[in-house]
Amino acid sequence: MSAPILWIAIPFITGVLIFLISSERYSAWVGGSVSAILSLIAFFIPIDTALLLGTVSIKIAPAIQFFGRSFELNTADGLLLAIIYGLASLWFFGTEASGTQSRFVSLGLMIVALLTASIAVEPFLYAALLLEVAAMLVIPLLVPPYQKAGQGVVRFLTYQTLAMPFILFSGWMLTGVEASPSDLGTTLQAGVMLGLGFAFLFAVFPLYNWIPMLMEETPPYATGFLLWVLPTFITIFALGFLDRYSWLRNSPQLMSAIQFAGLIMVASGGIFAALQRHLGRMLAYAAISQAGLILLIFGLQSTQMVNLVFLTLIPRGLELATWALALSILKREAYSLQFSDVQGLSRKYPAATAALIFAHLSMTGFPLLAGFPSRLSIWQSLTTDLGILFWVFAGMFGLLIAAIRTLAVFVMTEEPGWKLNESWVQVTMLTLGVSGLFILGLFPQILQPLLTNLPSLFEKLSQ
Amino acid sequence: MLEIVSWIAVALILATATAMLIDTDWRINLGALALQYLAMLWLVTRHLPFAMGSAKLITGWMVVAILGMTRLGLTNVDDKEESFFSQGQSFRIALMGIVAIVTVGATPSIESAIPGLGLPVIAGGLLLIGGGIIHLGITTNIMRVILGLLTMLAGFEILYAAIESAILVTGLLAVVNLGLGVVGSYLMLAGSTPLESEEDL
Repeated sequence: MSAPILWIAIPFITGVLIFLISSERYSAWVGGSVSAILSLIAFFIPIDTALLLGTVSIKIAPAIQFFGRSFELNTADGLLLAIIYGLASLWFFGTEASGTQSRFVSLGLMIVALLTASIAVEPFLYAALLLEVAAMLVIPLLVPPYQKAGQGVVRFLTYQTLAMPFILFSGWMLTGVEASPSDLGTTLQAGVMLGLGFAFLFAVFPLYNWIPMLMEETPPYATGFLLWVLPTFITIFALGFLDRYSWLRNSPQLMSAIQFAGLIMVASGGIFAALQRHLGRMLAYAAISQAGLILLIFGLQSTQMVNLVFLTLIPRGLELATWALALSILKREAYSLQFSDVQGLSRKYPAATAALIFAHLSMTGFPLLAGFPSRLSIWQSLTTDLGILFWVFAGMFGLLIAAIRTLAVFVMTEEPGWKLNESWVQVTMLTLGVSGLFILGLFPQILQPLLTNLPSLFEKLSQ
Repeated sequence: MLEIVSWIAVALILATATAMLIDTDWRINLGALALQYLAMLWLVTRHLPFAMGSAKLITGWMVVAILGMTRLGLTNVDDKEESFFSQGQSFRIALMGIVAIVTVGATPSIESAIPGLGLPVIAGGLLLIGGGIIHLGITTNIMRVILGLLTMLAGFEILYAAIESAILVTGLLAVVNLGLGVVGSYLMLAGSTPLESEEDL
């Protein structure tokens, strides 16, 4: 068995097979279980290392050839796969609780498999094509057959498609830059191409307008999944670029540009979130703010960059899953996520509203919650530049105001008494999510085994 | 002789891209797109084997067929152009003129920067990329957005074929084109059919 078959082909085929299962419950359990098993295999069985089980020797081969190109997952990728499939299983198990359509799991598994292929393909530039195919698979999740497509979906598709040519061209140009690093003209052209490509992929200001639109017009759980899965793999793709091309990571101008873009996203995301009256749009701006935080980490040029990125990405998956699940539950009751429609819902849906608030607070970097350790590390790294620190705080403060406003709306009711209207599955999933947020916040050291070994994926960045 | 045919392909690209921009009839738009893929085949085969070029042509025509069949099956479609410049045909022609002027200006400098691409290949690629981006900029209609993306991608493929000839890339680009066709059809169909059951809610 080879690693690409195990973590790309099998989940993809499983996704296709699940498509044939019409039951929402079974598809959620099958998809979640397959993801969880793949995560455990990735965690416990090292790739490309012979393992003796009694008299039987097991070895997962790292690569396969496909149309003359190689798909390769090495030993260092094992932990990354464990994280990705572990978080994906949480999303899939939550499908039934969120009431999302059954094809979420099948398409979700196919998307995760394609995105895993994007980190395995050699030359790694071809990842841009796989990211585009994955982005197209997201569309049926965002637009149910009975709903007219909105402008957010069209913009999302347009921006993702525009990114691909820029990335592919820049990759070709970068090889030229490597051959003659003194050629400033080619270096500048490659940098601009790459910057534009990633600006579209990362939804850098002002290209992030599709995210709030999407949160308003599409199912929150599916959009939450999109906001988790695509930026995660795009971040890994971007780290790959920085790791491979030394002139990129050593260019102060480029790093300043990345840092500036990140700062605008953190600050504008937080401030805009504070001004929203729609819970979905708030999640959108919080996600934008977090994507900005990742760009800010890229700009730090620290040897701890990889650790910081993953310390932010891992809780992000949990926060978004919990927040999106809570939004889905509330949307089924209120039909709209406007403040006026969700007012006083904490009495009817205490578990969902509490989970939403905790996930939101975690995203602001509130102490004791999962987002806090990463924010603390970022603040410590930024102590030398008070200007940047001020705008990061402004963004986080905006998110905190948004959380307080949401809480105020939830408890604003004359209705006496409390009632638990969530199903047991919903309560269980929400409790799991919130417990995870507290565990990662109170005991961040449990991520230590992952964070110790992940930098080996990007050796040059960690030197 | 080959050079003359290449320039004829470029002229065909300019004509079809302009037709797609100014005409709101979907039949003419799809016909222009099909012709565009024919011109693309010729330019792509300047650098790629004919078999790989023809794969692009077949993919393109399949996309045209998918979009055409979907649009044909739609009833009660509001054909009204949603663009801000709904009646501005002269404006659109002027935009395409700007793209043509930029192409004329940029083609020789790109040829000198990347020797061996060929002037018609660069001109054809730039015209399609420019035409596609203009298309995306002036419409919100789903079908026309998809046409704009396909046009832009066709231009990119002409240029990229000259620098990358891997089968996997050709295959994945074909998947992307087909995917855009299918996604476009899906988005056009979404919301046009009534709910089948309560579960759909």
